[in-house]
Formats: sequence, C-alpha cells, structure tokens
Amino acid sequence: MTLTVNTAAALALGDDALVLSHRLGEWAGHAPVLEEEVALANIALDLLGQARVLLSMAGDEDELAYLREERAFRNLQLVEQPNGDFAHTIARQLYFSTYQRLLYTQLASGDGEFAPLAAKAVKEVAYHQDHAEHWTLRLGDGTDESHERMSRACQALWRFTGEMFQPLDGVGVDWDGMRAAWLESVGDTLRRATLTVPEGPQTGAWTAGAGRQGLHTESFGRMLAEMQHLHRSHPGASW
Amino acid sequence: MATASAHHTARTQADEAADEAARTAAYEVVFDAAVAADERIEPRDWMPDAYRSTLVRQIAQHAHSEIIGMQPEANWITRAPSLRRKAILMAKVQDEAGHGLYLYSAAETLGVSRDELLDKLHSGRQKYSSIFNYPTLTWADVGAIGWLVDGAAITNQVPLCRCSYGPYARAMIRVCKEESFHQRQGYELLLALSQGTPEQHAMAQDAVDRWWWPSLMMFGPPDDESSHSAQSMAWKIKRHSNDELRQRFVDIAVPQAESLGLTLPDPDLVWNEERGHHDFGAIDWTEFWDVLKGNGPCNDQRITQRRRAHEEGAWVREAAAAYADKHTNRAVGSTSTTGETGATRA
Repeated sequence: MTLTVNTAAALALGDDALVLSHRLGEWAGHAPVLEEEVALANIALDLLGQARVLLSMAGDEDELAYLREERAFRNLQLVEQPNGDFAHTIARQLYFSTYQRLLYTQLASGDGEFAPLAAKAVKEVAYHQDHAEHWTLRLGDGTDESHERMSRACQALWRFTGEMFQPLDGVGVDWDGMRAAWLESVGDTLRRATLTVPEGPQTGAWTAGAGRQGLHTESFGRMLAEMQHLHRSHPGASW
Repeated sequence: MATASAHHTARTQADEAADEAARTAAYEVVFDAAVAADERIEPRDWMPDAYRSTLVRQIAQHAHSEIIGMQPEANWITRAPSLRRKAILMAKVQDEAGHGLYLYSAAETLGVSRDELLDKLHSGRQKYSSIFNYPTLTWADVGAIGWLVDGAAITNQVPLCRCSYGPYARAMIRVCKEESFHQRQGYELLLALSQGTPEQHAMAQDAVDRWWWPSLMMFGPPDDESSHSAQSMAWKIKRHSNDELRQRFVDIAVPQAESLGLTLPDPDLVWNEERGHHDFGAIDWTEFWDVLKGNGPCNDQRITQRRRAHEEGAWVREAAAAYADKHTNRAVGSTSTTGETGATRA
C-alpha cells in the first residue's frame, strides 16, 4: 500500500484511537464500581468514533482495522499497553488524553484536513482528561495502597510517553511546544496528587517512534488476534 | 407495688398496640384506595411491609440482571466483526450499566442501600434473571440476545411502566425506550447474518435455536406455580400473568422469525384460529428450575466474575472514599475548592 502523507497521519491518529478504545472495551463487566463501567465505556465509544472517522479518511475502516497485520499498525506503543490494574489504566489515560487534547486543540484551530474532526473530538478528550486527572488525584492522594499503585503505574508507563512527540509528517503542529505543555500539565496533576514526576527517560531504544514505524510490543499481536479473528474467518462477508 | 406498676405498664403497651393497629388499619385503607384508583405510591407514602419487601426483591433482582447481563454481551466486544457493530455493542453494554444505576436508585427509595443489595447478589441471597446463565458462543448470540432476550424483557417491562410504585414505573419508562432500541439492533444484526453467506445464516439459526426456549422461560414459572403472582397483581406491581405475557411474546416473535428467514425450534408451534393465538410446545421446566438453583452453564462463572470485579476494585473505592474525606475536611476550613470538582475546568 502506498500512502500519501496525510493518509499516513490519519492512520497513525486513527490507530491510536482504535487500539486504546479496544483496551478500554476489555474493562466492560470488570470495573471497580458501576459508574466506571459507564465512564470507561463512554470513553471507549468516543475513541472508537474518532477512529472510524480517521480510518475512513485513509480507506475502508473495516479493512484497515481487521485486515492489517501487526507490522502495518501505526499506533503509539503507549495505547497498546495492557490494562493492568485500574491505576495503570488511569495513568495510560492521563498521559494519552493530555496529549490528545493538546494535539486536537492545535489541529482544531488550523484549517488542515483534521480540523473538523479535531473540533468535535477536542470536547470529548477534554472530558477524558478531566476523568483521568480526577482519578489520578483520588488514587495518588487516597490510601497508602492506592498511592503506591498509582506511583508504580505512572513510573511503568513513563518510557512510552516520548513517542507521542515525534513529529508526524503532514500534521502541522508545534511538537516541541506540545511536549513542554504536556510535561507542565501532567507534572501539575501528579504533584497535586502527591506523586512525583517519574525521573527515567521518556523513550527507550524500542520506543523512540517505534509504534509509528510498525514496531510494537508483544501483547499487541495477541490483542489483534482476538480483535480480527471473526472478521478474518469470514472473508468478504458483511456484518 | 411492683405488681401494680407492671400491670400499669402492660396496659399502656396494650393501648399503644391497639392504637398502632388502628393506625395501620387506617393507613391500609388509604393505601388500598390509592392502588385501586391507579394512583402512584411514592417513597414517603405509607405502604405495607410486604409490599415494600416485594418491591425491594423485584427491583433488586431487576438491577442485578442488568449488571450480570453485561457479561454475556461484553464477551463479544473485543471480537465484534465490524467497527459499526462494535460501537453498537459497546453502547448497549454501557446502557445496561446505566439501567442498573437507575434501578438501584429506585430500590434505594425503599430504604435499602446499593451496597447492601450488591452484597446480597454476591452472596447468592438475591437472584438475577436466569437467562444470563447461558453462554454466548458465537457472534450471532449477540443478535439473538437483542431480538429474543431484550424482546422478552420488553414484553415483561412495558406493563411495569404502569406499576403502582412511582419510582419503579418511572425507571421503567426510561429503560424501555433504550431496550426497544437494543431489540431493533439485535433484529437487524440477525437479519444481516440471515441474508449473508451460508455460514452466517447457519450461525444465526444456531443462535436462535439455542436462545428460543430460555427466552420463553424468562416469563417465569407457569401461573399455577408462580408463588408471588397473585399478590403482585393485587398490588398492581404486576399487570399480567406469566403465561399471558409469554403468549403475547410468542405471538409477536413468530412473524418476526418469518421475516428474518429463520425458524423457531418448536415442532408444535402452530397458529390456533379458535384461540387467536399460537399454540406452542411444552417448556422444559426441569431445566428452568435447575438453572434457577445455580446449576446452569454459567452460574458459577457469572457470579465469580462479578465478585472478582468487586473485590479487585475494593482498593479503588477505598481510595475514592479516603480522598473525599480528606478534601471535604479541608474544604470546610477554606472558602476555595477550585480544581477539585471538575466543574471548574474550562
């Protein structure tokens, strides 16, 4: 498949939303409290809606979601990370929603092809970020156990955060400015939650733009196997 | 003298008891008249203890069914075969959690707490609909649940929109709107399969074969074996008998199956001109009672998953409570709470 520049960008952004939506969908029926069943499904649905618009800009949404193999997916490694405990899910959401909000705010103010999507999605991701920040506060500044778990989760996912600021061709935003704004926003939330900002590097040898190049982590292939199995078992069928 | 004083106390108690009984009798007359006039009973109104406990049992069981009912469908969220279907299914499972929330709120107006009810669900002291103890083995099961299970639920629930207890009736109005939507989506899912490839058609037929009889069982035991029916009908909690509702459901489902191009797994199913209804075969009540007693295919699995979600989420709920405590205390001594409510975020 030869991709034009903007198609590649639509795929990258669409894959982020698709994959994170799938991970959040795994929570259905397992959430710690009924209100979170509603909230997590709600966020997953918003993301799936964004994914469908973005993938449709790049081609047929179902072909792209169900018939590409692991090496052809362009999502960030952050969003494919397994749910872990509730703290891991919240840390992943805090990191990603903050990024998405900054990105979509910039895209919405421009006149590029992503502006209409971004204008709608920015309202959704503001809600997602708000939800993640409030849980970060509750868990960080809750009990000793929740503080410990939230601290571990923030630390564990930190090395996947640098990849978000690798410039995407065709997406005209101020990437360095976004990184600074992200660090300020996340840092402020973590401090209010009595947590410390992780000290390690934001990328490792395998995470510096790797997901965007189709290099993923091991659990991702298994996630795709589950997601694609039925669709691939009935070639050409419509649903 | 001790005896005179004891005598006096006993007499006072007897007088009070007589007053209490007279008062209860008077309240009961008002209550019965309100029910007879199709007025709504509201949370602050007097009601017989048995009316209250019947409603708590029924609404709680209904709420639990919404929560446990998320599992068989959530089982397919990660495998839904198109993004459109995945979005529909996620929205549906989300609605079910919402229905659970409305219904626990309705039950709480009767003086019980959601935690107490969840505890009864987790310990097996309160039940949920036996239909959710059947497994979802293929994608078509998602459609069969929408069409048949939600269809049966709606047949049961539409009359509950006129139930004598106001909060329950109002919850049912909201629930029924969303349920009808889910049912149409289930029907449409099955139709796509039925008109699809031969493999898809076979998948749809197999699902209908497996879900048909369990759906008929959702209306409960036959009228002559239903222990709560007569009283619930007298109180206008229930408006129609189990068998009446079951018949209504069969009469609606038969033509729908025809337009789907699918058959129903009952050789005795036939239109009875004289009755103006479909006759249908005998239900396997042994299986029904067996599933109800906990021996269905998924009883253990469903309740284990529910308990595990609750237990594994305990630290999260404790954290939220601890955080709320700390910040309520701080807020008392300060006039500014900005940043903690979410409402202030621009």
